[in-house]
Amino acid sequence: MRTFGSVLVRGLLVGLFAGLLAGTFAYVMGEPHIDSAIAIEEAAGAAHTHDAGGQAVPAEAEEEPLVSRTGQRAGLFLATSLYGVSLGGIFAVGFALFRRRLRTGSDSYAALGVAAAGFVGIVLVPFVKYPPNPPAVGDPETITKRTVTYLLTVVIGLLAVWAGVAASRWAQRFGPAQWIRLGVGAAAFLATVVVAYLILPSINEVPGSFPATLLWQFRLASLGTQSVLWLLLGLGFAAVIDRRTPVSQSEVVAA
Amino acid sequence: MSAPTPARSVAVPAISPRLLAVALLAVGLLLMLAYLVAFDQGAVSQSGMYLHELMHDGRHLLGVPCH
Ligand SMILES: [Zn+2]
Repeated sequence: MRTFGSVLVRGLLVGLFAGLLAGTFAYVMGEPHIDSAIAIEEAAGAAHTHDAGGQAVPAEAEEEPLVSRTGQRAGLFLATSLYGVSLGGIFAVGFALFRRRLRTGSDSYAALGVAAAGFVGIVLVPFVKYPPNPPAVGDPETITKRTVTYLLTVVIGLLAVWAGVAASRWAQRFGPAQWIRLGVGAAAFLATVVVAYLILPSINEVPGSFPATLLWQFRLASLGTQSVLWLLLGLGFAAVIDRRTPVSQSEVVAA
Repeated sequence: MSAPTPARSVAVPAISPRLLAVALLAVGLLLMLAYLVAFDQGAVSQSGMYLHELMHDGRHLLGVPCH
């Protein structure tokens, strides 16, 4: 038995580790595309008045950015690390609260299951409806609308995963066959997602002149970053939470 | 001592109301941290736009709407 505090601290540390490595992936696979997108943005910005990143910028600082590009490249690691710590902690709390309701005797499978559920709900469902965009794509006027709809897709993604699990458990009454449970679960998940996709507004702010190859290279790098983060979160948490190895070792010692 | 305890694979304590309160508090604080990375424009960090701009690339590559 681990205490709640011990589970939480393990989650925070695993999150930090996963965030740092996801940051490394993003640095290698994503930064070149961000640089290309910023080059396009600056070429376009030279033609008309450039709105330098929002409000409260002193007048003389208009051409002097608050943080240099080098600073932003380093800040990438700060962002993914803090995000990883936050997710790792929430992961640990979710694991502690729901562990007894998961029908597996293995803590490793439980950790991987929670990670898979989180990845599908928090990353994949929002990604398909609102794929992430590099700099130079997106109208600053609509940032509030885009933020709200993005957060809605995260909530709906988690709800859809829950609906899928609940439906597959409910379907057990129709017999022991696995395919019935899996089919009913998948149907409930997909129905929730499709209905939400149809109701939520479509947003497409990609300028016609923006290179499609660069757009999708950036989006795949972004998806890869989140995949690394969640994969390491699941594997790392399984590694630090599963007690079977120490237990069997102590049994060997006792024998 | 010798018999394996059946609950050994459940590595977390049972949920009490007090534990639930602590858990919800922790989730609240952690969500604030995620907000700081993903959405804050100085209101939480009190650093003006500095942290927002510093973590700009991370926001884009984590898939959060940015600008
Ligand atoms: Zn941006």
